[in-house]
Amino acid sequence: MLAEYGDIGLLLALAIFFAVTTLLLPFSLSLPARLTIYFRRFQHYLETRYPFMTKFVPPLPKFPRFMQVVPYKPNPAKNSTFECGMETIGQAWVRFNFRYYFYALIFIALDVMVVFIYPWAVGLKGLGLFGFIGILVLIFVLFIGYLYAWRKKVLEWK
Amino acid sequence: MEIEEVYSSRQLDEKEGRQINELIDRSQQPIPDPDRWLEEELERNILLTSVDAILNWARRSSLWTVVAFPACCAFEFITTEASRFDLSRFGMEIIRASPRQADLMITAGTLTWKMAPQIKRIYDQMAEPKWVIAMGACAVSGGIFASSYSVVPGYNRIIPVDVYVPGCPPRPEALIYGIRMLQEKIARQSLIAEDK
Repeated sequence: MLAEYGDIGLLLALAIFFAVTTLLLPFSLSLPARLTIYFRRFQHYLETRYPFMTKFVPPLPKFPRFMQVVPYKPNPAKNSTFECGMETIGQAWVRFNFRYYFYALIFIALDVMVVFIYPWAVGLKGLGLFGFIGILVLIFVLFIGYLYAWRKKVLEWK
Repeated sequence: MEIEEVYSSRQLDEKEGRQINELIDRSQQPIPDPDRWLEEELERNILLTSVDAILNWARRSSLWTVVAFPACCAFEFITTEASRFDLSRFGMEIIRASPRQADLMITAGTLTWKMAPQIKRIYDQMAEPKWVIAMGACAVSGGIFASSYSVVPGYNRIIPVDVYVPGCPPRPEALIYGIRMLQEKIARQSLIAEDK
């Protein structure tokens, strides 16, 4: 049968072998030592994960972890939610200065102007007078907005 | 974990300085290298060694490096990772930005005491099993900054180091040799030895 499937069959045989050896691993070792180790690990698992359930129902631990293939060494940094190198300081509910919004709006307006002017400047000769007048209208509209913001003292940072 | 509300930058500096001084006092002695399993004779049988062989093969063939390069040896690491030296041949294709997905830390460069808690935290957050390669003279012993008050004299004051790669900076060949040494070290690991 294996020959029909080629190399995939060999991989399958390897996988089955690995699974069976993992299952039979505890029986191949000296049993009392293994049992004490398992008991200690199980106790530790219960105390850390389910402290309220130690009195009632002992839950089944995850199998690979129980078989020690996956190590279980928790610490506070590993259990915390954030994973950056820096520790979190203060709260996430921080107020920003509302003047940032004015800045953002003016920035977007001028940014759009650049976006329109740049392709117009690239294709200047082909676009001719019509493109030039169009860009003048755009700059005029934005300039009125800029004057309005200036008049309203948005540009002053107090 | 308690979140303290720190408002003034002066308070922040004082708190940080206090923590770093405590860390310096705590880490005067180097942490011994994790190499117990290389020495001891284990009770091995055919079943156990086959599982060990497959597990160790899987672990050493996919060493993913965490991004924690405090200083200039990082450029040698970048060269090692790039096309000429091609670290991908050793199963190290991916450099993880998250310590949760990494199992190897290549500590490339000088470490100051101010940066030490962050490196310790990144190491703590890496998934088990995890290994550390101390790359460069600064990582091994502090290098030319060894007598400075602000430089950690060797990463093994902060985290346990598996393989030391000397050089200032080490050439990519040296780093690859160190990685090969680490892979040989992992190949001799055993499920029993981890337990003790």
